[in-house]
Amino acid sequence: MAERPRARGAAVKSEAVAGFDDVTYEEKRKLFEEVRSDLRFPDYLYGCYECGICVAVCPSARFYDFSPRRIAQAAARQDVELIYQQMQEDIWECSQCFSCLRCPRGNNPGGIVTIMREVAVNHGLASAKEALEGYSRIIYKIMSTGTQVSPDMLQPDAFPDWGPEVADVSNQLALWRRALPPETLHTTSTGWDVSDRTLIELYLIWLETGALDMIRDVDEGLHMILEEVMEERLEEEGIER
Amino acid sequence: MPIPVEVMLKKKERFERDPDTIPADFHDELFRLEAEGELIVQRIPDGQPVVEVPTKYGRPKRVPKGHLWHHKSCGQCGHIPGYSTSIFWVMRKLGYDYEDPRDQTSCTAWNYYASATSNEAAQAAVALRNFATAYESGYFPLIHCGTSYGHYKEVRSELLRHPELRAQVRRVMDKLGKPMVLPEEIVHYSEWFYALRHEIAARQVRDFSGIAVTVHPACHYYKLVEGDAIYDPDVYGGQRTAVVTALAEALGAEVRTYSTWFDCCGFGFRHILVQRDFTRSFATIRKIEVMKEEADPDVVLTHDTGCVTTLDKSQFAAQAHGRNVGVAVMSEAQFAALAMGAHPYKVCQLHWHSADYRPLLEKMGIDWEKAWVEFETDVAKLERGEKEFLSWEDVDG
Repeated sequence: MAERPRARGAAVKSEAVAGFDDVTYEEKRKLFEEVRSDLRFPDYLYGCYECGICVAVCPSARFYDFSPRRIAQAAARQDVELIYQQMQEDIWECSQCFSCLRCPRGNNPGGIVTIMREVAVNHGLASAKEALEGYSRIIYKIMSTGTQVSPDMLQPDAFPDWGPEVADVSNQLALWRRALPPETLHTTSTGWDVSDRTLIELYLIWLETGALDMIRDVDEGLHMILEEVMEERLEEEGIER
Repeated sequence: MPIPVEVMLKKKERFERDPDTIPADFHDELFRLEAEGELIVQRIPDGQPVVEVPTKYGRPKRVPKGHLWHHKSCGQCGHIPGYSTSIFWVMRKLGYDYEDPRDQTSCTAWNYYASATSNEAAQAAVALRNFATAYESGYFPLIHCGTSYGHYKEVRSELLRHPELRAQVRRVMDKLGKPMVLPEEIVHYSEWFYALRHEIAARQVRDFSGIAVTVHPACHYYKLVEGDAIYDPDVYGGQRTAVVTALAEALGAEVRTYSTWFDCCGFGFRHILVQRDFTRSFATIRKIEVMKEEADPDVVLTHDTGCVTTLDKSQFAAQAHGRNVGVAVMSEAQFAALAMGAHPYKVCQLHWHSADYRPLLEKMGIDWEKAWVEFETDVAKLERGEKEFLSWEDVDG
């Protein structure tokens, strides 16, 4: 594996960033401009007192080489090289808890990370592909069924660290779901019973807003499957786009 | 550790409502856009009883007692179903009507904060589709998940601020044949429990005076768009959000504090699913162990899907490593239901939880072995085909 240099400015020369192939400065600039042009960006960044409160309250900073302050400062300085390095590495360590909103200056480093992640996904950056490896089942579930996690995901081989109760749930799943008094909760493959019409509306949202297309470059196979599921369902309903 | 309110109020960094820094009330822009025909504001239905509760910057927030459209939570319904069931059960017991919709989707924000495989317009459209559906039903939305609640507040802020986003979302809503609707308040279920705490306490049948509680306040409840969150001068001197704590105190439990109360639980959105070493470590080292050492609670109460999941499920592996863990974790909705006499398995569904809750039940005076036999007896009826499902009447039998 290639050495992971820490780019700290345009003067740093390396063939790899965060272990992934480097790209041209122009490409990095383009990615940053996309982050900066997001309409939320001006509301997320006001400057930095260097007080470190965001780092003190950040859970990810305790366990990773991650710093919300570095995120805010790189964005404020428009440090294109460092921002690219962060997009290839740091952003996936953020917990998205938004504790950093405690910033006395009003910055939202977690929000900047959200935007950077979106851009990373949109451009199929290697870090996004790596971060989302093993996650495609979840994306499939939420986009195709309208609920994020389902009871039948509770499998002992997937969650061995959650204790023996996972196996109990898995073994008794259908029965225990039927024992739930709310009528919407008898499902096993979705969190609750979502109506067909509702799913069609959700598919239209993913297609009309370009959300489905976002995953084309990070997971081409998943994109193809989801596109087929959605378009087939819309066609059955006679809905033209 | 008892709650040191005096110390909190003397701290240099105490929170004070400074009139110069109070954020603008979003209602001004909301009603202006309604007047201009840009969107519909769903009002709490006429005639519904309302409780006014205090928020962080002093603005009173209206919480309707009944006629509520339950915006369910994926993680609650999928992995900790006693959470949702307890919310419904308590509402039924207090006699307030509600709608449990099938035409609701997830807010999809868990995935958004985990993978970013969505965008602002899609997230806003998902939110508005759900709000429009609630509006069409005539019921007022009540949001079960802390992340849905926080995310919807963000969506509202962005929609109110950016006309180009409204235009983009309007095109989508037109395709769906649905109106642009935002409710007059975005209400989290824990706010309903706060507002109704005295009615809940009046129906209490189990004595909780010997129960020690620690509270984990959910990040997305009070850190995202903080002005909507409930802060009560009579709870923590108004220095922390009052939900959960005020309910536990109303039920007679002893709420104890601990130094890392502000820390998140370690959920991490993507981490809980694909990078659980982080989640487990954080939940153990920064939350459960600190609570155990400083407060020694009988139960950890929280008010969000991810927090219950993380703090409950992370203890098993840590226990194997001899860490100082091993404390029951549940939502305050389950806690309140137990106080009102709910069955620990048929209603609160504690068999879906991982950390050992049995010592807590014993302290509450609940014979959990007998309760388990009762649950299994009912399940056997399902297995034999005598019944297809257990009903609300069955679980109170």
